[in-house]
Amino acid sequence: MSRQSLSLLKNLRSIATGSKIQTRSVTYMPRPGDGKPRPVTLIPGDGVGPLVTNAVEQVMEAMHAPVYFEPFEVHGDMKSLPAGLLESIKKNKVCLKGGLKTPVGGGVSSLNVNLRKELDLFASLVNCFNLPGLASRHENVDIVVIRENTEGEYAGLEHEVVPGVVESLKVITKFCSERIAKYAFEYAYLNNRKKVTAVHKANIMKLADGLFLESCQEVAKKYPSIAYNEIIVDNCCMQLVARPEQFDVMVTPNLYGNLVANTAAGIAGGTGVMPGGNVGAEYAVFEQGASAGNVGKDTTEEQKNANPVALLLSSAMMLRHLQFPSFADRLETAVKRVISEGKCRTEDLGGNSTTQEVVDAVIANLD
Amino acid sequence: MARRSVSILNRLLANPPSPFTALSRSITYMPRPGDGAPRTVTLIPGDGIGPLVTGAVEQVMEAMHAPVHFERYEVLGHMRKVPEEVIESVKRNKVCLKGGLATPVGGGVSSLNMQLRKELDIFASLVNCINVPGLVTRHENVDIVVIRENTEGEYSGLEHEVVPGVVESLKVITKFCSERIARYAFEYAYLNNRKKVTAVHKANIMKLADGLFLESCREVAKHYPGITYNEIIVDNCCMQLVAKPEQFDVMVTPNLYGNLVANTAAGIAGGTGVMPGGNVGAEHAIFEQGASAGNVGNDKIVEQKKANPVALLLSSAMMLRHLRFPTFADRLETAVKQVIQEGKYRTKDLGGDCTTQEVVDAVIAALE
Repeated sequence: MSRQSLSLLKNLRSIATGSKIQTRSVTYMPRPGDGKPRPVTLIPGDGVGPLVTNAVEQVMEAMHAPVYFEPFEVHGDMKSLPAGLLESIKKNKVCLKGGLKTPVGGGVSSLNVNLRKELDLFASLVNCFNLPGLASRHENVDIVVIRENTEGEYAGLEHEVVPGVVESLKVITKFCSERIAKYAFEYAYLNNRKKVTAVHKANIMKLADGLFLESCQEVAKKYPSIAYNEIIVDNCCMQLVARPEQFDVMVTPNLYGNLVANTAAGIAGGTGVMPGGNVGAEYAVFEQGASAGNVGKDTTEEQKNANPVALLLSSAMMLRHLQFPSFADRLETAVKRVISEGKCRTEDLGGNSTTQEVVDAVIANLD
Repeated sequence: MARRSVSILNRLLANPPSPFTALSRSITYMPRPGDGAPRTVTLIPGDGIGPLVTGAVEQVMEAMHAPVHFERYEVLGHMRKVPEEVIESVKRNKVCLKGGLATPVGGGVSSLNMQLRKELDIFASLVNCINVPGLVTRHENVDIVVIRENTEGEYSGLEHEVVPGVVESLKVITKFCSERIARYAFEYAYLNNRKKVTAVHKANIMKLADGLFLESCREVAKHYPGITYNEIIVDNCCMQLVAKPEQFDVMVTPNLYGNLVANTAAGIAGGTGVMPGGNVGAEHAIFEQGASAGNVGNDKIVEQKKANPVALLLSSAMMLRHLRFPTFADRLETAVKQVIQEGKYRTKDLGGDCTTQEVVDAVIAALE
C-alpha cells in the first residue's frame, strides 16, 4: 500500500507543482503574409548588455524566428542618442535593448530616459511572478507594475536657485496621468486581470498625486468589472513584502513605479528574471523588466555570468507584440523548463553557470 | 509512512490541479495603447441551425465582455445572390462570423457560401481536426490541419450542356492560385511550429491539372528547408487517414479533395460538430464551422434545438485570436474544453442528450 501510494504521490506532486511545463495547443490562423521577417532595432548597451542581447540573438537564430536585428552602438556616456538610431526605431517600431549606464551626477541626462521621452514611450510594464522551480520567500506573486514613464519626478527639470540650494520639479499632468490610467485598465481588461491598484502619496503631495488619483478614478468608472483601489506608497511597500498576493495590476507615477517594480521583482525571484517592456502609442522598446539601467558589476561582466533570463522573457513579450505567438510560446516554455530543472542557473539565482551555458540549455529545450 | 502519505494524498486529491487553469495566467501580452477598442464583426446567422449556434456565440461573447460587437445580416440559402450590403459590411469590418447557408441541390442556383468566398477572394480554408480531451474516438493522436484552396478547382462553377444529355464541368487549376495556397500552407506551418506539410493530389490521372498544383507546392517547399514536405495521392490519403492518422500534420489540397479530406479528418477526430475552422484571404476572414460548413442540420435538430455549438464556439476563439485578443480566446477555449472533458453537457452527435442552450450555459459557467 505504501509503495503504491508513494508512486501515486510522486505523480500527483509533479502535476501539482507543474514541473511538467505544458506546451499550449492553440490554433492561430495568420493572415497571408504574416510570416514575413520583421526588423527590430537592437541596442546592446553597456556592461552586461552585449552579453545578454547576444544571448537573445542566439536563441532567435536557433528558433528561426522571423525577426532580424539591426544593431546600434550606444553607450551611457554619450551626450545624446546617436543619429540614425531614432530613425531606425521609428521605421521598425520595435527595439530590444540592453542596459545603458547612467553616470551619477555631472549633468549628463540618462539616455534610457531620453529614449523614452523622444519616442513618447509613456508606459513601462514589469511582470513580476513566481517562476516554477525558483524558490523565493514569497509565494503566489503575480503582479504587473505599470509605471508612467515620461514625467513625474523624472522630468529632469532641476536648477540651482542660489549656490547651495537646488530645486527639482516634479511635474504631474492630467494628460499623462489619464493615458497611463487608460493603458493600465485596458491592459487589465485585455489580459483578464481582476484588480487595479493605484499607488500614490496624495496625503502629502495633495495636488500632484491628487491629480493622478483623480485621473485613475475617472478611468475606473469605465471598467465596472475591474476592481479598483488606492494605496499609499509607504504602506504599499510594506504590504508587498508582507502579503504580495493581494496585488494584481498596479498603476503608479514615475518614481514610485521604479521602486515598487524593483521591490516586486525582488520578492518574486530577482530582477534577473522578470520580463518587461516600454510601450507608447506607436513604438515599443523591450528590455529587462526592472532595473533596466543596471549594467552589472565588473566581475559579472568579466566572468560572463550575467542572467539572460529577463531579456529572453522580454524578447518573448516582444515576439507576442510582433504577433508571433507560437515563437513566443516556444521561447517561454524552453526558458521555464530550464529554470524549473534548476541545473543551469547563474549566480544571482544561486547557481554558478555562465550566460552561455544557460543559453545552450534554452536552445536544447526548444521544441 | 503509509499514514503520512495517505494524508498528503488526501490533501492533493481534495484540490485536484485542473489541467486547464495552467493555460490562462502565465503569459504576458503587452498590448499597444488602444488595442482594447471594441471591434465590429459582421454576423450572418444563416439557415437551419445557423441562428441557434450563432446565438450561442453571441451569448458567450456577452458573458466574457469581449471587445467585439456583431452587425447582424439576414442571408438565406435560397436567395439568388448575397446582398450587396452584406459584402460591403464584410469589406468594412474585415472579419465575419457565419452559420451555414443551405445550398439547394441542382436547379442552377449557385451556392452562396461559394459566392461569398469568391467575391471576397478568400482563398484559403483551414480546418483544425484535433482530438479533444475527454471525447473518446476510434483514433488517437489526431492533430491535422487541412488547408484547402477555396476559389477554383472543381468548384469553379463553370458547367454547360454541350448537347442535350451531355454536360461538361470544368475543373480549373491556375499557377497563381496554387502558388498562393501553397505559400499560405507553408507560412502557416512555419508560424505555428508544425513539422510537415503533405500535398494531396491525383496527378497520376489528372497529370496537367494536379501536376501544376504539385509543381507550385514543390517550389514553395524549397523556401522552407526546416519543414518536411511530401505528397500523397488522394485515394491512398483517405485510406491512411483512417488507418494511421498520426502521420499527417498540415495538409494542403485543391478544392474538392480538401472538402473530402477535411470532413474525413473531422470525423475521425470527433465529428464535424466540434472542429474549428475558418477562411482567410489577403484582406478578409470568415469564420464558420470547420468542416461541412454548408451543413445546416435537419429539421428535427432545429425543432429540438439540439445543435452542437462547440465548433462555432472554437471557431470564434480562432476569430478572437485573428482579431488580436488572445486572452479572450484562451478563456473561451479553456471553458469549452473543460465542458467537453467533464462530459455532462453534450449534444446528441457527441453521445449526450442536451440542448444547445444547456451547453452554452455550461460554457458560460466554466468561464473564469
